[in-house]
Amino acid sequence: MIVSCLPEIGYLHRAFEKSSEKGSYTEVIPYTDRLNYCSAMMNNVGYCMAVEKFFDLTIPERGIYVRMIVSEMSRIMDHLVCIGTNAVDLGALTNFWYFFQAREELYDLIESLCGARLTTTYTRIGGVMADLPEGWAGRLEALLAKLYKVLEDVDGLLTKNRIFIDRTRGVGGISAEDAIGYGFTGPCLRACGVAHDLRKANPYMFYDRFQFDVPTGERGDVYDRYLVRMAEMRQSLRLLEQLLATLPGGPVNADNPLVVLPPKEKVYGSIEGLISQFELIIKGVQPPAGEVYVATEAANGELGFYIVSDGTGRPYRVRVRPPCFPLMSSMPHLVKGQMLADMVATLGSINIIAGELDR
Amino acid sequence: MTIEIPYIAAVLKAIAFPVMALNMIPVLVWIERRGSAFIQNRIGPNRANIGSFTFLGLLHPFADAMKFMFKEPFRPENAHPVFYFLAPALVVIPSLMALAVIPIADHVWVQGHEISMSVTELEYGIAYVFAVASIGVLGIAIAGWASNNKYSLLGGIRSTAQMISYELSLGLSVLGVLLIFGTLDLNELARGQGALLWGVLPKWGVFLQPVGFLLFVVACFAEANRLPFDLPEGDSELVAGYHTEYGGFKFSMFFMGEYVSMVTLASLIATLFFGGWQVPWMTTTALDAHLGELGRTLSQIAAFAVKIGFFLWLFIWVRWTLPRFRYDQLMRLGWKVVLPLALVNILVTALVLLLANGF
Repeated sequence: MIVSCLPEIGYLHRAFEKSSEKGSYTEVIPYTDRLNYCSAMMNNVGYCMAVEKFFDLTIPERGIYVRMIVSEMSRIMDHLVCIGTNAVDLGALTNFWYFFQAREELYDLIESLCGARLTTTYTRIGGVMADLPEGWAGRLEALLAKLYKVLEDVDGLLTKNRIFIDRTRGVGGISAEDAIGYGFTGPCLRACGVAHDLRKANPYMFYDRFQFDVPTGERGDVYDRYLVRMAEMRQSLRLLEQLLATLPGGPVNADNPLVVLPPKEKVYGSIEGLISQFELIIKGVQPPAGEVYVATEAANGELGFYIVSDGTGRPYRVRVRPPCFPLMSSMPHLVKGQMLADMVATLGSINIIAGELDR
Repeated sequence: MTIEIPYIAAVLKAIAFPVMALNMIPVLVWIERRGSAFIQNRIGPNRANIGSFTFLGLLHPFADAMKFMFKEPFRPENAHPVFYFLAPALVVIPSLMALAVIPIADHVWVQGHEISMSVTELEYGIAYVFAVASIGVLGIAIAGWASNNKYSLLGGIRSTAQMISYELSLGLSVLGVLLIFGTLDLNELARGQGALLWGVLPKWGVFLQPVGFLLFVVACFAEANRLPFDLPEGDSELVAGYHTEYGGFKFSMFFMGEYVSMVTLASLIATLFFGGWQVPWMTTTALDAHLGELGRTLSQIAAFAVKIGFFLWLFIWVRWTLPRFRYDQLMRLGWKVVLPLALVNILVTALVLLLANGF
């Protein structure tokens, strides 16, 4: 029986926010990979959107589509890890392997997209590092069917499994009011029955153009979190299908020499290109003085970037609003009065990523 | 000086049976690893080799055994000097002893002497099995206590409570079968199941006592400390439970104990509920007439091997499919579900027998 609980955090503190003030705006992007490393792409996207807000940049449609595709892929990968490891903690190892095999194939796609698997650094301010490689969209499309199958397999193994339900139903539950009070966002909030999803509530990118539902639970316990995550993966697959079907052509990067590096042929072929390359590399992107806050719906909840610019090439302040932190701070509330084994189930279900929690 | 054939046979059996049982361990470990790999879409062990032959990974258990033997015998500073070393033996030896009364075929005649195909034949065989098997729990309790480690102690306590609770159900759930066949002798039990039921089905315990069979299988899983009842070593809560402080050959003895008791329990299930060595629809006399005594014995051994093979595979299959119970749920299941059902089952069986045979 758990009488009280005191989360002790900070063991993975890497001074993300302070380090961000030391380099140029572009140099922060690799740091964002290390926040929630299970869905690094979404951190890249969130950060770049925040910086772009200073400039009122218009990213070409294809660029935004590509960002949405990688975001939804990351959401699926993150949920796969969360449910897989949660099931392992409950003793069901096989689901983990099913999910990790699917995740592996998604990582293969990510790897051919940007050369790295976990630390992607794929987006750039004003667009993305590179367009989708040839045949990539087809490979992803072929993978979607496999992902549906994997979800079905694990659904069959867990959703109606009496032992799994006994272990998770009524465990680590929280009411909607308390959840909002703690600052819950993402799947854990939706499991309490609050249909709050930034993609719907405050549509960014092109989320308002596509059909998807916001799954919610009722009781806010571990089982509902599991159900919500499973349903969200299906919705992400649905989004990916629509995105791939309507993927437009054209450039992926904004046409703004103050922000985006010119293509190599311009750098070598014209003096204007060379100068803007030089300026961008030496001085970096220089947003006007001011402050922005951009929140995106990351896999775990609201991922916010608050950036203060003093008009130079370095951020004056970068503050991250991690979705994990409020979740972790509610741990004593979630597990009080429950058994020790429930602690394991609860901790797994709120999907703590220490990189993001401690920053 | 002539030595009587029964004595020679007794010595031979006393050597051959434990050797067979111990030889099943590496095979079982191999099946567990390859089987889990098969279930989980993995390749499984395939690296250990002699020359360039890997034998599908069959060499891994042998390599493991060698490694365990040559590891440094280590004792934690505060562990009890005697009991710490005694505990592993107390786990392995009783599980090997329990195998002594399990018959693998019907009696054979050697030069006019009737010889049983088990190490020894006891009128009260099943009672002996339960008596000896219950010593095993002492080993685990002592291991937990003597290691002087909180995880070990918790694992030891859990396992003591669990095994004692389920031993009760284990004993009660077979009473129905014992009532029907009116014997405690395992060979007699197997022989009794050779007849036909309504002229079609073999008169196996499982058809006469379906409830008893289910309860017995559940209790067997709990006795073997395997998933979904592996709380004594629940890795996400107790590191490795009662054997946390054990390494090298001492650990491998616990490991062996688990597999030998799997073999014992699988043979018990086969003997009590699936006719033991009975070849379905063929009695010993009929087989003797068709195949001769050697052929009959071999086919009975084969039938027995198939049956216990299936139940061993069931143990492995379930382990890689189900999550783990929580401690209170385990106790609730044991005391509030399995035990009352077993009692009701005995009552109904006794009443039916009473009515069928007249007062």
